[in-house]
Amino acid sequence: MTAELVRGQNHPLSQVRLEIRISAGTPIVASATLGDENGKARGVEWVAHPGAPTLPGLEVSRQAAADHRLAVDLAAMPEAVHRVSVLLALPTAAVGGPPRFGAVAAPFVAVTGLDGSEVASYTITGLDAESAVVALELYRRQGAWKVRAVGQGYSGGLAELFADQGLPEAHHLAGGIHDAVARGLARSVPAPQRTADGDRTRQTAAPAPGPDQAGPAPQGAPGPVPPHSSSPYHPQGAQPGYPTGSSDPSAVTQPSAPAAGGPVNYTHPGRQTAAPPPPPPTAPPAPPGQPAQPVAGDATGWSMDERLYNQVWGMFEDLARTTAAYRSAVDFADSRMEKELDQALSDPRNRIGGSGDAAREAARTKHADLVDQARAALDRDLAQLTAEAEVVEPALPPAYARWDNPVWHAYRVPMEIPMAVRLGDLYLPESELLRIPMLVRLPLERGLWIDSGSSGSFDESYADAHALGHLAMTTAVALAARLLAVYPAGEFTVHVVDPAGSGAQALAPLVRSGVLAGPPALGAAGVTDVLTRLTQRVDLVQMALRGGAADSLPPGFDTAQQLLIVNDFPHGFDDRAVNQLRYLADEGPAVGVHLMMVADREEASAYGPLLDPLWRSLLRLTPLPDDHLADPWVGHAWTYESALVPPGSQVLQQVLTLVAAARTKYT
Amino acid sequence: MTVNMTKGQAISLQKNDGGSLTAVRMGLGWQAAPRRGLFGSRTREIDLDASAVLFADKQPVDVVFFRHLVSDDGSVRHTGDNLVGGVGQGGDDEAILVDLARVPVHIDQIVFTVNSFTGQTFQEVQNAFCRLVDETNGQELARYTLAGGGAYTAQIMAKVHRSGPGWTMTALGSPANGRTFQDLMPAILPVL
Repeated sequence: MTAELVRGQNHPLSQVRLEIRISAGTPIVASATLGDENGKARGVEWVAHPGAPTLPGLEVSRQAAADHRLAVDLAAMPEAVHRVSVLLALPTAAVGGPPRFGAVAAPFVAVTGLDGSEVASYTITGLDAESAVVALELYRRQGAWKVRAVGQGYSGGLAELFADQGLPEAHHLAGGIHDAVARGLARSVPAPQRTADGDRTRQTAAPAPGPDQAGPAPQGAPGPVPPHSSSPYHPQGAQPGYPTGSSDPSAVTQPSAPAAGGPVNYTHPGRQTAAPPPPPPTAPPAPPGQPAQPVAGDATGWSMDERLYNQVWGMFEDLARTTAAYRSAVDFADSRMEKELDQALSDPRNRIGGSGDAAREAARTKHADLVDQARAALDRDLAQLTAEAEVVEPALPPAYARWDNPVWHAYRVPMEIPMAVRLGDLYLPESELLRIPMLVRLPLERGLWIDSGSSGSFDESYADAHALGHLAMTTAVALAARLLAVYPAGEFTVHVVDPAGSGAQALAPLVRSGVLAGPPALGAAGVTDVLTRLTQRVDLVQMALRGGAADSLPPGFDTAQQLLIVNDFPHGFDDRAVNQLRYLADEGPAVGVHLMMVADREEASAYGPLLDPLWRSLLRLTPLPDDHLADPWVGHAWTYESALVPPGSQVLQQVLTLVAAARTKYT
Repeated sequence: MTVNMTKGQAISLQKNDGGSLTAVRMGLGWQAAPRRGLFGSRTREIDLDASAVLFADKQPVDVVFFRHLVSDDGSVRHTGDNLVGGVGQGGDDEAILVDLARVPVHIDQIVFTVNSFTGQTFQEVQNAFCRLVDETNGQELARYTLAGGGAYTAQIMAKVHRSGPGWTMTALGSPANGRTFQDLMPAILPVL
């Protein structure tokens, strides 16, 4: 028979060896304080908590857990102890978890005998802002022990609770408990189970039955209580001949919370705190005949960054190859049909009667059948790649993610240079909905050329060269902002040359947030100045590297990667500036100086073939989708779509603000 | 269980349990002729090359060989060129992996060939073999021994072709002469 207590109610205890079982839906800390006849704890040594879990006759667990079992031997309590208070507290927010009991399910506390039979239980309801609570107290009344449901909560946490109990160093003690809990959480996953001496004796004992299997043991039967048991968890009667003797406090020093036989795992099943380096996620085995369920990061690599990079490139290759198979099959079907139609036409037997029509019909049917088969194979592969893209895209880090990915809203200035950066999306006409992130390795190996020229394939609405120029500049700014954001603070510097000031509107986000090295250089003088400084830098670093004296660069030398955005080329450029630009394009990438040209090749045609090597050395990107990029395996023409910030989104501004703030902090 | 195939023999690539094969490997192994004479260090390496030609209705569509290691569709992969042969312990020195489920629908035959790139005839090659392995479990399906080959520099080893829903392998073993698979095309066409 269980007494379900309400707040303030008490119940007599017929046994002195008890367990107190606590279950809460979330990891909590369980402690106990002893009190004298006035209800006061006489000092910190009267508190059993995760940092000092054992007291005579009492033990609590070392960690926060959703379920606790506290072992109590009232007979082993010193004579001065008149009260045992059982306390529950939420771990501090520093280790995660809810800040107040109002946010979790009502904790349930039960006092049970060693055989698991419940004597009394109490559900602590009505808690709200409290983060610590006195759940129960066991107290001496005229030589017998009783239990009382208390349920007194403290919104000030353990510190307030201890202060209320008269402990002098309440704050210090509460801090120590939370530290111990945090340490316990930190090692809760990888720590090997250590077998203490007490454990060994306990493992030989019969396991205590769980609460569900509480036997029909007569709970009132007092029997000879073996006070000198090696473990409080021996079933009663297992040592029938044990002589009653003086209690030995040290006998009850086993860890609390016995599970059936084995060492106890206190970790919450849903919680993984200090996980070891994550193993590569692999797709679970698929049922036969079906493609495996895709998993983000299902590729080789030392880090998640590298795995995702490899996975994206794997998807890129798979899409290129499966499309190659499809195109090859369709080409073959076309040429076969043509041949068969020719034959049907040239066969003299077909000139009379319907056999010619039949032959033509047959040829067309064969063609359609083969194309259907090829399409089915393509669709099967596309479905799998699409499913993969759907799990990979949300898992991408900022450097690889689209601007509309929520990861940008949680942007933090990184501490490490990522492996690659996303320049945009790639797709093929067969599968326009399946976008492959175009990832290029960092540091950039080639300069970029945002083509502001109208190459004829563009939309009518962009016939206006000015609008196209603006879009090209917006693309350049989005790319530069991305590069600034994915490099650690101060490791990427952007210079802008905008001789006529035509890019001012597009450049506004960079200028406003103050992430540029200086204001955009205007006019021919500004162009000359910026180019000269960067050229000197390339010369200096080259000399240092070739001389093997990379560490003897002048003090205060900016070691960041440099990016030069050039708008309106060749406007404002004289012959010398053009030569410097070519020099930067050729020699810059090796020493960390990169070029981003926003230009229309036609406008520079006056230079003739002189500039051809410059254009060839740059990776051409287009502000509007254009199919000019080839994959390295099959050579399909992929349509490139630039990575632009969604219209109306503030994310670029937010990110650049954080970049600028980090820059002022670190430099 | 290995089938030692003889010329012209065909085996169906069905698994014993009735399921069809999904991935097969054509392995090629050989051992260079022993060195003779005073200058043991002077190399007499033999470079055999394995190639696979993909046909659609008797037209070559794609070739996998040491200069094009993966077919455009990705279904046939060459593990890489081996210039000197192995130690003759029976391992594959070159291998071509075929993912039969991914072979494009119009490809109906894949022909495997071996060429002696360095020009030695098979008389000078020891322990040369070609074998077909079920890549999913490593079981050897068929083995064709080149040893005792005549004064030829190439051999059309085998073809894997569609038959019904599955694939069938036919051992060909036709001798030919040529340095690369291009030289063999006239010899391949009659066996398709």
